[in-house]
Amino acid sequence: MSILIYAESADGKIKKVALELASYAKKVAASMGTSVTAVTINNSDNSALAAYGVDKVLKVSNDKLNNFSAKAYSDVIVQAAKKEGAQIVLVSSSTDSIYLAPLVAVALEAGYASNVVELPISTSPFQVKRTAFSNKAFNFTEISTPIKVLGIAKNSFGLIEHSAPLNEEVFAPTLNDADFGVKVESVEKVSGKVTIADAEIVVSAGRGMKGPENWGLIEELASVLGAATACSKPVSDIGWRPHSEHVGQTGKPVASNLYIAVGISGAIQHIAGINSSKVKVVINTDPEAPFFKVADYGVVGDAFTIVPQLIEKLKAFKASNS
Amino acid sequence: MKILVCISHVPDTTSKINFTNGDSEFDTNGVQFVINPNDEFGLTRAIWFKEQQGASVTVVNVGGADAEATLRKALAIGADEAIRVNANPSDGMFVAKQLAAVVINGGYDLVIAGKESLDYNGGMVPGMLAGLIGCNFVNACVGIEVNGNDAKVTREIDGGKEIISTSLPLIVGGQKGIVEEKDLRIPNMRGIMMARTKVLTIVEPTGDAVATKAIKFEKPAAKSTVKLINPDNLDELINLLHNEAKVI
Repeated sequence: MSILIYAESADGKIKKVALELASYAKKVAASMGTSVTAVTINNSDNSALAAYGVDKVLKVSNDKLNNFSAKAYSDVIVQAAKKEGAQIVLVSSSTDSIYLAPLVAVALEAGYASNVVELPISTSPFQVKRTAFSNKAFNFTEISTPIKVLGIAKNSFGLIEHSAPLNEEVFAPTLNDADFGVKVESVEKVSGKVTIADAEIVVSAGRGMKGPENWGLIEELASVLGAATACSKPVSDIGWRPHSEHVGQTGKPVASNLYIAVGISGAIQHIAGINSSKVKVVINTDPEAPFFKVADYGVVGDAFTIVPQLIEKLKAFKASNS
Repeated sequence: MKILVCISHVPDTTSKINFTNGDSEFDTNGVQFVINPNDEFGLTRAIWFKEQQGASVTVVNVGGADAEATLRKALAIGADEAIRVNANPSDGMFVAKQLAAVVINGGYDLVIAGKESLDYNGGMVPGMLAGLIGCNFVNACVGIEVNGNDAKVTREIDGGKEIISTSLPLIVGGQKGIVEEKDLRIPNMRGIMMARTKVLTIVEPTGDAVATKAIKFEKPAAKSTVKLINPDNLDELINLLHNEAKVI
């Protein structure tokens, strides 16, 4: 009996989403009188996991797993779950975890609930709260299978520290050729740029910016805040910004701590996509823009005068607070 | 190449979401239903394959009779035939099992399903289908080329993309990027007329086992009023973000 988490890592570090999973798992494990096991793949330093409540780490090292393969990684997780007799398997809402979770669920004949935003409402029957209708509503789901797979929504739970010594065990799952039918040939990734998925702060802009040549302002504001840049759907549709920056119902979801919308009116589809962000700021010339109805803080005015001032003031603020 | 495109019948993106029957059911009253946008991008790519490389395109939905209008729209856009599995699509695993039966029965080479539907947002059906059938699977697909039995697929990852090589039979979870917004087609009169005579087969579901059940729905709590900050006093905004919201 245990709760298993798949702890993602990048560049030799356990990702923050994995520490959120560990914190969540520890809480659930305490209420069910069980323990937390994490499985890591090709990551040498797993001490952070112990600091957030993981009782045991299954450490997998295999050069075949250097590139992500949903099938192979799901096989690793499934074998770890079976070895540990896991009743609950937790994954994050990263692109990779969303990809592999259904494969894990099928292999374990487990019911799977994604976008879970809180601790289970009840563990018997097993009920969780998740977002649905693109963040326009919540849905309470009951999982009836003996094993459950949960995808925890980003930034929904937070971190809880537990200091405990690292208890690590080498784990060597069996992999087969069918695991590598999907082969990564190359990866194109902008280095040194904060991604929307990992960002604590997102600075987003819309048609109010009048043209792609004015995005320097948005990029500078983002850079002062250590934020990712994003944009509204019309802006990506007309090609001012790449699709990968489009946030909203049919684009990427945003669940950052702070979301700053510049020159975005706030169509219902846009709001749906960014609604999981904790604090929202809107800067818009139109006081009637729907975004003001969902924002925490608003400034009515012209982005071209407000944003440059904001950049200067934030620079001064950062300088005096560092 | 035989292509199957999985179609969810979902509320239009502009819909206001309400619930009925003690918040246990989605209130369809006054709601316009459409092809799930992620599915429509995939359907458009399937039709591109049909026109450019030669392929047959079948669309499938697991749902009630009300979903037939959505399937007819897919036929009007250019799919050759449609299948409706006559069941309530209440659980991802159940839907995936129904689709697996259709895929095995029809011997499809390529299955395209949206990476998630805009109603339950489970994001699980394409992956579960791949798991059940045991074939190659790429999620978050933003580009696909097929040459004989080989496929080159682009997958969107956090902060970039991966170029992947794989082979048929293949299941992909599609999204915007597999075709662009401007490539989407609006059915024309000829398409709509032709769709009326295309074959729409109704099949009965296999099994009724579900793994999950939606018990209740809830709308997010109403938002408190926005705090407006004078544009001449942006220090106040920084102060609020730092001391009140504690996000900077």
